Amino acid sequence: MGEFLLVTIQVDMHDRLAMSLQDDLTAQIVRHTARGVLIDISALEMVDSFIGRMLSNIANMARLLDAETVVVGMRPSVAITLVELGMPMRGIRTALDVEKGMTALKIALQGDPSTDAGSVVPID
Amino acid sequence: MQVQSSQSISVRTSEDVVAVRQLVRKGSLLLGFTIVDQTKIVTASSELARNLLIYGGGGVAIVEIVQNGGRSGLRLTFEDQGPGIPDIELALRDGYSSGTGMGLGLGGAKRLSHDFEIDSAPGKGTRVSIVRWKAL
Repeated sequence: MGEFLLVTIQVDMHDRLAMSLQDDLTAQIVRHTARGVLIDISALEMVDSFIGRMLSNIANMARLLDAETVVVGMRPSVAITLVELGMPMRGIRTALDVEKGMTALKIALQGDPSTDAGSVVPID
Repeated sequence: MQVQSSQSISVRTSEDVVAVRQLVRKGSLLLGFTIVDQTKIVTASSELARNLLIYGGGGVAIVEIVQNGGRSGLRLTFEDQGPGIPDIELALRDGYSSGTGMGLGLGGAKRLSHDFEIDSAPGKGTRVSIVRWKAL
């Protein structure tokens, strides 16, 4: 109960794969009654408008399912490019690495008795 | 402008969009682009390759290493035989989309490039060409 899901994106995803990640992840949130989702994008050399929108969608869908999302590990070059592209990712919580992301989730969910932040479930 | 090398990819599926990104990354590495320059041109290529697929019904992406007066750069051209764009100015505006996208593709790709050219007319398809020059 109240677990955190950790998703590490390690491949250059084509659009259909990104869509299926979105669907799988929402299903996993419910299955694990997760209260937090960490999405590690440190391996991504590029985030375009499609992947950016997928990350936004996941955060919004997770919120509807009572979970908070933190995107972690964005590379500086990706941040620069996203802003220039016109996609500043407003409304998305970010952290520099997984550890800081965990801390952000714990703070966001503080005082919520249903949260047991001790367990993290990695998702492939 | 002198063309040093040229490679093209047919874009029919979303996997082909990934192949375009990879070819553009290879070219930008060959030219010795900085990480930020690499990321910008690869991201622009992804937006334009996806446009080919969504709006043009598929097409071809051409990746060229070019030189001009001692400068070298990467020129990317995206051509489709799709329905064309009736109002280019409107299509370049952020947030405008006739499809399912964010409406950032064309305008975003233009901002991420140094040179941008578009040629399109209803029924005649669309041709978009961008160049990013290597920082001196």
